[in-house]
Amino acid sequence: MTRFITSSLSHLILLIGILIMAVPVWMIFASSTHTSSMINMNGLQMLLGDSFYENYLRVLLYQGGFFKEITALKMFFNSFIMATGVAILSVVTSLMAAYALVYYRIKHATLLFWIIFITILVPLELRIFPTYSVMAELNLVNSYFGLIVPISASAIATLFFRQFYKTVPDELLESAKLDGANTWRFFIDFLIPLSKTMIVAMLIFMFVFGYNQYLWPLLVTTSEQYWTVVMGLKMMSGSIVHRFAFVMMSMVPPILIIIVLQKHFIKGVFQDK
Amino acid sequence: MSFLDLKNVTKIYPNGTKAVHETSLSIDEGEFMVFVGPSGCGKSTLLRMVAGLEDITEGDINLDGKLMNEVDPSERDVAMVFQNYALYPHMNVYNNLAYGLKNRGIDKETIEQKVNDAAKLLQISDYLQRKPSMLSGGQRQRVAMGRAIVRNPKIFLFDEPLSNLDAKLRIQMRLEIKKLQQKVGVTSIFVTHDQVEAMTLADRLAVINNGIIEQLGTPIEIYDNPKSLFVAGFIGSPQMNFLDGNLKNKTLSAEGFEIKDVNTEHEGEVTLGIRPEHLVQSENGLINLKVDLVEQLGSDNLVYGQLTNIKDFCYRCPGNQTIEKGSNLSLNIENKKYYIFDKSTGKRVN
Ligand SMILES: Nc1ncnc2c1ncn2[C@@H]1O[C@H](COP(=O)(O)OP(=O)(O)OP(=O)(O)O)[C@@H](O)[C@H]1O
Ligand SMILES: [Mg+2]
Repeated sequence: MTRFITSSLSHLILLIGILIMAVPVWMIFASSTHTSSMINMNGLQMLLGDSFYENYLRVLLYQGGFFKEITALKMFFNSFIMATGVAILSVVTSLMAAYALVYYRIKHATLLFWIIFITILVPLELRIFPTYSVMAELNLVNSYFGLIVPISASAIATLFFRQFYKTVPDELLESAKLDGANTWRFFIDFLIPLSKTMIVAMLIFMFVFGYNQYLWPLLVTTSEQYWTVVMGLKMMSGSIVHRFAFVMMSMVPPILIIIVLQKHFIKGVFQDK
Repeated sequence: MSFLDLKNVTKIYPNGTKAVHETSLSIDEGEFMVFVGPSGCGKSTLLRMVAGLEDITEGDINLDGKLMNEVDPSERDVAMVFQNYALYPHMNVYNNLAYGLKNRGIDKETIEQKVNDAAKLLQISDYLQRKPSMLSGGQRQRVAMGRAIVRNPKIFLFDEPLSNLDAKLRIQMRLEIKKLQQKVGVTSIFVTHDQVEAMTLADRLAVINNGIIEQLGTPIEIYDNPKSLFVAGFIGSPQMNFLDGNLKNKTLSAEGFEIKDVNTEHEGEVTLGIRPEHLVQSENGLINLKVDLVEQLGSDNLVYGQLTNIKDFCYRCPGNQTIEKGSNLSLNIENKKYYIFDKSTGKRVN
């Protein structure tokens, strides 16, 4: 009996937690399917309205910004390029950095690693002006390159890959060497497949990280053509339902990436076991 | 020059450990050489230098007429079986075997042919699609062997490949390795600290102690004619019995008995060694053994007892004899089969 009570109680708590998180999202979604006069008069809605297509299509194609040059569609495109670029570039660089740190006979590799690691303590916001002036000097303001590269060196991902490589037994490398694998082949044929699960996890993590950037894109782009979704959220003008629709849509790409990649993530875990 | 030639090879690790001292050794083509010795004596180090996995501090290694010192392991054409097998966990058995061939740029059909042949030889054809994690210890062992065989290397190196198997499987795999090596005929070096494994596998045996080859020879030579106290104690099971003694005028006096007409001019403090299997019961024997314990192995009995001052003196007799605990046995040494070692240097003197 007491077990029944405690288990129902914990279910209840979990349920409340879900509601606290899900209800506001639902309210925004439901409200975004009504007309703006309806919302203005009656407040937020819990039930779906019938202006879904009208609102969402308008938001996607509306020419916004100060110069009326940017559409939400373009912002999604920009965000996607930026997030994908950050994810791929940071995973590739940290894979290679970790490989060099663990497998090359670098003097003071540990010290070097900790120096890299310390950069976690120096967030982008602290170094944003020097970084900006470097980008400006290089004429990379208003470019995808400028959006992506400065935030694509990930000490955390390097840490994860390094710790993982350290658990790979030496015999595997030695065995591979005797089988004729050079350094490059060992990286491609062994470390990458062995760390597949971790690579997928890092890709998700860094994609979301890149997608959520606000301050850096704001600084490094002056042309509206490079606005990202997160910037758009702030810049968005227009009626409340359109803003709600935009908010809803802005959540889709990260969720989509997680859903798509998580399959591989789970598959990877089970295959390796 | 023989097939594999080690000349004054020395290994000093960066931390200063001298693992191998000026070792010279020649191995002929097709020979099965076993390195045996206690833990930490430098067997693995020596083997790994042949493989190219450790740098050589001093000396030369020649394989098939070519100086190997600076040659990368991937270019040496040697294959190694590791203690934990080091199978590639993310590849199935087929790819585990095929990987080395792919790296050599061999075409697909030839690879398939070779892998299938090797798999058949090792009876792993049924598991080719499995990952190593889905195999038993013995099957993994075979895959590791297969990976070495399939490449048809100049030399096989084994670093205690059987020590992760249970006793029964170990004996079976030992036999299979020997048969396989004879069939394939590849020069092999096998490292072990198990002297039974060493005796049964080797064409020739190198007994290593503290980074030095103490003795090199066929298993029987080494068993019959150990050159030092260390070798005598290491080879043979149960271990040789050792007694303190004194040599003077060709007479050896040990505790409680004397041996006359010893064929050596050496004099002074010595250690006398007698193998348990070289003792026979006889009336008025040299040695009087008070029996403490009898281990019945079926084919043999191992009798442990006391001489005047020595505990755990061992005598091995056929299993059909019944020996009572507490009885006194009178033993003689068969055919003058005893060994005398200088007490201070450990060198054999008779
Ligand atoms: N990487 C290393 N750095 C420093 N010393 C080492 C290293 N590897 C081995 N040694 C030392 O060198 C000596 C020989 O080691 P080795 O591994 O060759 O012994 P082994 O005969 O194979 O022993 P085992 O039977 O236990 O495998 C040991 O004293 C060991 O501590
Ligand atoms: Mg070893």
